[in-house]
Amino acid sequence: MADFSLKELEYWNERIEEIAVESGLNFYNQEFEIINYEDMIGYESYVGMPSHYPHWSYGKSYERIKTLHKYNLTGLPYEMVINSNPCIAYLMKDNSLLVQILTIAHVYAHNDFFKNNRLFKKGTKAEYAVETFKNHANRIRDYISDPSIGYTKVEKILNAAHAVKLQTERIIDFCNNKKKKEESKSALAEHKSDFPNLDRYSENKRQDDSEASNQEIKIPEEPQEDILKFITEYGRLLDWEKDILSIVREEARYFIPQIETKIMNEGWASFWHYTILSKLELPQSLHFEFLRKHNEVVRPLKSSINPYFIGFKIIENLYNTQGKDKIFEVRENERDQSFIRRYLTQELCDEMNLFEYITTGNDYMISEVSDEEGWKKVRDTLCNTVGVGSIPVIKVTEWSPKENTLFLEHEFDGRELELSYAYETLKHLVDLWKGKVVLSTHLEEKKKNIACDEMKRISLYT
Amino acid sequence: MAIFRDCSNIGKDRSAEDRRRHRELVEESIKKNLGNIIAEQSIIGKSKDKKIKIPIKGIKEFQFIYGKSKPGVGAGDGNEKRGDKFQGEAQEGKGKGGAGNQEGEEVYETEITIEEVIKYLFDDMNLPDIDKKQLSRLEEKSYRKLGYQHKGIPPRLAKKRSVIEKIKRRQASKRSEDGENTTYDKQEGQERFPFIQEDLRYYRIKEDNKRDYNAVVLCIMDVSGSMDQTKKYLARSFYFLLYQFLRLKYANVDVVFIAHTTTAKEVNEREFFHRGESGGTYISSGYDKALEIIADRYSPSNWNIYAFHCSDGDNWSEDNKRAVESAKKLCEVCNLFGYGEIVPGYYNIGSTIKNEFQTNIKSNNFAAININKKEDVLPALKKLLDKASDRDEKAIMD
Repeated sequence: MADFSLKELEYWNERIEEIAVESGLNFYNQEFEIINYEDMIGYESYVGMPSHYPHWSYGKSYERIKTLHKYNLTGLPYEMVINSNPCIAYLMKDNSLLVQILTIAHVYAHNDFFKNNRLFKKGTKAEYAVETFKNHANRIRDYISDPSIGYTKVEKILNAAHAVKLQTERIIDFCNNKKKKEESKSALAEHKSDFPNLDRYSENKRQDDSEASNQEIKIPEEPQEDILKFITEYGRLLDWEKDILSIVREEARYFIPQIETKIMNEGWASFWHYTILSKLELPQSLHFEFLRKHNEVVRPLKSSINPYFIGFKIIENLYNTQGKDKIFEVRENERDQSFIRRYLTQELCDEMNLFEYITTGNDYMISEVSDEEGWKKVRDTLCNTVGVGSIPVIKVTEWSPKENTLFLEHEFDGRELELSYAYETLKHLVDLWKGKVVLSTHLEEKKKNIACDEMKRISLYT
Repeated sequence: MAIFRDCSNIGKDRSAEDRRRHRELVEESIKKNLGNIIAEQSIIGKSKDKKIKIPIKGIKEFQFIYGKSKPGVGAGDGNEKRGDKFQGEAQEGKGKGGAGNQEGEEVYETEITIEEVIKYLFDDMNLPDIDKKQLSRLEEKSYRKLGYQHKGIPPRLAKKRSVIEKIKRRQASKRSEDGENTTYDKQEGQERFPFIQEDLRYYRIKEDNKRDYNAVVLCIMDVSGSMDQTKKYLARSFYFLLYQFLRLKYANVDVVFIAHTTTAKEVNEREFFHRGESGGTYISSGYDKALEIIADRYSPSNWNIYAFHCSDGDNWSEDNKRAVESAKKLCEVCNLFGYGEIVPGYYNIGSTIKNEFQTNIKSNNFAAININKKEDVLPALKKLLDKASDRDEKAIMD
């Protein structure tokens, strides 16, 4: 251990936990694992999970994180918390006592957020998180060691599934009453009946392929956002392939609430570590280190968003102007987009010097600043680019069984797709669909189609 | 009450297999991208340990992402005005400008040394050994071990000797264990008896001289007006690889650059690739210059000589005959003489001069190859070096 013992940690933890409970934080049981630097990078690259299925992308992630640390491009991690019950957090052994104290306080707030924010409540099952990932890992390892399948085939399916894993149903907009009714129908709530058409479809197909294709039923009835689910239901896949898709899909969905609440969650945790440590009556030397570390965590970053900074500022402001009940209400109900839309004020925009930029070649150009006329634009741009707003919306619009062509549509909102990435992603989709895939999108103000055929040939046409 | 667990010495390396697979994919990708990498390198110089960055195309993880034009939000110091520009790198620290602005569009780069590139390359190519018949009299430094010393650098650590010293010290320390105090901490049941500085021994080294093989590459290039940057780029890739290959085989490799139009001169590397000339072409002038340099400085009895000529084949016809004659003379003094015809972009049926060479030069150490695009560079080199190894076979080159 560095400059602390387990006993010391337990001592500080007890006091922190006490203050956290008094303050109204309501969390799952907490477990801390103290790990070394290498293990931390390991956990970071495997999305925190103690077990996870193998794929080279996690090896890449490991090398990447390690390189970043090696060249000091990112600091040493303080912690990693996973949304599970009991909540598991990893603390890094090499950090100082003060960093551990600050981190422990920070972790309790994340834990509280996981337990109480409605996206997590509805979208994830913390009790089963660790087990689920372990189960997935076992299933995929079984396919790899199955002589009739093997690593190469599994890898190919995983590569392809990873490419579209975030092309999934977005979290229901909780503020929108019209959609609220559909909530129960959403895939989030129907874990058990995730693939209702699976059996029916495969039976039909086996019995009478031609009859099924002659039926003039439009599939899907409505544009379908969940690409992996659609392919699992209607694609020509073997059972093990379907299973891998469902695994990748389920894991991606587990992370959607985290993607959707990054700013709030970090802001919330930063607000509470700050509040709790201020009450801890730390010895003076630790107190100074605390202020210094805290300021490092919540500092602004030019040309990108530091979620700790923006989240902390908004929550602090809400607390100061509207009180404690308000912030608890906000942490329960909002996600980043609604949080920013409602609570990022002009004063805050101005105080944080937020600006909007666009890229021109290798340069960034400031297109809007947070003054009287500009701040709303800045705020709206931020709203539209946080959470799943950073992922293009692509829907399955039609499947024509005769040619087995899959039609996709990009819901254009002014932001164009990166073409080279779209091409390669379509090739992955062809691997999954085993047929032609056509994506319609907008390029240079014109509607365009990108087609990828079974030979992986790409064509672009109007 | 929370639970704390110290898990810091579990020591499992969970990512080992995924890292191995990733590295394997990186290697495959490097091989595929090699043409791009080598074309940018200077041929000589301290390239051995130089780290170069390689964009790894195959290792990107593709998904649907937004393109460059999307807006973003940042935080500044309050002095920002509409229309101000700033550098994208500021927040990235490294990598290509603006790359960080695009989520997912990570230009994944890996840093490897040229040495490693060459290793990947020749691993794949399974090249034959080149004869080392002609020994040079030049000598190469080598090192001889002469006993041990207390101080030294890590590579010269004498492991076995150090262990012996440690064991000696341990025995001594055991004997004195009953005595009142030992210098070394004896914790309860401690099995470990670590090395200390005193135990370590290093080899004493004496520099020695050893004979080795040396080679010279004569890079001859047509720099007349028709040889544009694309063609030079292909030529450079070729020379680079050839040089690197020879460096693996020989202790010293000299490089000579000869640029020619209707006349030839010896130049430095920069001039060789960057200076454009105009006018016509006498290929023979380049060959004659090479012969002259060989006669002056690189006696064939002492040197392994590799000459290579890159041209687009656009020779003035009155020179063809002389070019063939000079090429024959080069074959006599060189281990290998190669002619590479560089005509980018389309299928090349071969120029008059290439046909002349193929018809008239019967030496086994002559090879003519085509380079139309950068993907051809490696196979061209392979073909050339195969030629070098199968002198007995009458090779049929297209």
